[in-house]
Amino acid sequence: MDIRITGLKMVQRAHSGHIGGAFSMSEIMSVLYFDKMNIRPDEPDWEDRDRFVLSKGHCTVALYPTLALRGFFAPELLDTFRKIDGHLSGHAEMRYVPGVDMSTGSLGQGFSAAVGMALGAKLRGKDLSVYAVMGDGEIQEGQIWEACMFAGAQKLDNLIGIVDSNKVQLDGTVKEVLDTGDLRQKFESFGFFVQSVDGHDVEAFADAIDRAKAEKGRPSMIIADTVKGKGISFMEGQSAWHGKTPDEEQFKTAFAELYQRAEELGA
Amino acid sequence: MAEKIATRHAYGESLEKLGEDPRIVALDTDVSTCTMSVIFGKRYPDRFFNCGIAEANMIGMAAGLSTFGYIPFVHAFAMFMAGRGYDQIRNSICYPGLNVKCIGTHAGLSVGEDGATHQCVEDIALMRAIPGMTVICPADGKETVEAVRAIARYQGPVYLRLGRLAVETVTDVDGYTYQIGKAVQLRQGSDVAIIATGLMAGEAVRAADMLKEEGIAARVLNMHTIKPLDEEAVLKAAEETGCIVTAEEHNVMGGLGGTVSEVLAEGCPVPMRRIGVQDRFGRSGDARELLKQYHICAEDICLAAKKVIVQKEK
Repeated sequence: MDIRITGLKMVQRAHSGHIGGAFSMSEIMSVLYFDKMNIRPDEPDWEDRDRFVLSKGHCTVALYPTLALRGFFAPELLDTFRKIDGHLSGHAEMRYVPGVDMSTGSLGQGFSAAVGMALGAKLRGKDLSVYAVMGDGEIQEGQIWEACMFAGAQKLDNLIGIVDSNKVQLDGTVKEVLDTGDLRQKFESFGFFVQSVDGHDVEAFADAIDRAKAEKGRPSMIIADTVKGKGISFMEGQSAWHGKTPDEEQFKTAFAELYQRAEELGA
Repeated sequence: MAEKIATRHAYGESLEKLGEDPRIVALDTDVSTCTMSVIFGKRYPDRFFNCGIAEANMIGMAAGLSTFGYIPFVHAFAMFMAGRGYDQIRNSICYPGLNVKCIGTHAGLSVGEDGATHQCVEDIALMRAIPGMTVICPADGKETVEAVRAIARYQGPVYLRLGRLAVETVTDVDGYTYQIGKAVQLRQGSDVAIIATGLMAGEAVRAADMLKEEGIAARVLNMHTIKPLDEEAVLKAAEETGCIVTAEEHNVMGGLGGTVSEVLAEGCPVPMRRIGVQDRFGRSGDARELLKQYHICAEDICLAAKKVIVQKEK
């Protein structure tokens, strides 16, 4: 919830940002950065760290708050999101933002970089995991499947791909725009160990990560069943909220819902 | 006459020598026996990856590999490196400033018989338009060896343009040193300056010899680095000769002719002509015959040189 609240504040200050796809992956980020990933926030370039690639690079509204809350940089820096005098670019930016392992934004490219990192880690003999989160619309890009083919053929078992399957893309639902069909079957045929889990159930997702790490001899893909705009009633499942900024009234409602949910969770 | 060698062959041998550095890794897209990365692959199989016919993924993976301290050399035909891989080179390599070397072979018309789909005459323009990219096009085998060493040492993204055709060595001139961004003078002269890149450097030298017989002293500058351009050498040539001819196996738009004319227009406007592909697609045919048909030979350079000399004297 903290990631969502911090993210929404960030969008409010910037007057822009992609909320929908960020809110569908908030639990994913929380499990990775606060539980599973082996990282050192005070030493962001530590060479033995686990790597994370936000292949759906537009969802910095999930990434930057996570990094700030995890201690990679001061939360005040979030005020510079999408601002001309700051470095928190609209899409993920590795050169100037501590904790960002790859610059992304052009869809389909991040996963290839993650595959390259997994290969690099193997070559260096490093025992670390490389995580990459893709959108379920993003995987319409052919490059994703080129990368899958390589990762499968090379048996990169240190690679854990995650599809944030929120079923909605910019123009409409994934089914309407271009149905991607049976993803489990597709990824399996590319040589992946595939798991389907509820992407908002932190325990189930954490267990899936453990199983993926334990799996040897093939890369992993976790298809996370999620809801676009999760946590805000009027945004949930709506393609209109892919990249739209709420008005003042909508911000009020959204924050009220998030704070109420946070209270219920005892946060 | 010296033995002819294709720049891609010189490249392959040179990359193999560089392989002593354990940071060098090579990736190819099922054309390793054409790009000649196969030589490295045979010597260092653990650091060679055939990515299949998938340029986009290869370039993206190279970005990831470079973050682990490797220096990836990625290989494809120029058409599919700079053309198909443009977005990946721009966003995954150049934007984050990663240390990846993009090798585009079989560039230009001189691919010959394979025809227009494989004759990339836009790669220099595409690559040079990307901020932070270094663009290099060696004149011959000897220079290629120097260029490969230099780009391996250089920290940052590079596009290296190589050709299929065997070419004569023209850079065995006294005092030759290779430095990224520094033009090499192959002939002295003050009547006109011919600025050439890639295999056209050989044509430029031939043109200068032909002009000499007519009493015209042509300076020849081998512009092996198109970006960053040696603006000083261009402006000096313009000031000292008063007219310029550029020569490239590339569209005259956006390539060497384009970049030289930009510098001249701002710094020292003098009469100039651009020898190159005149905004047309290539076609199948023998490489040398194609260069003739597209008017990018020594004879065409001579004609252009005489025209700009007349123009400057008006």
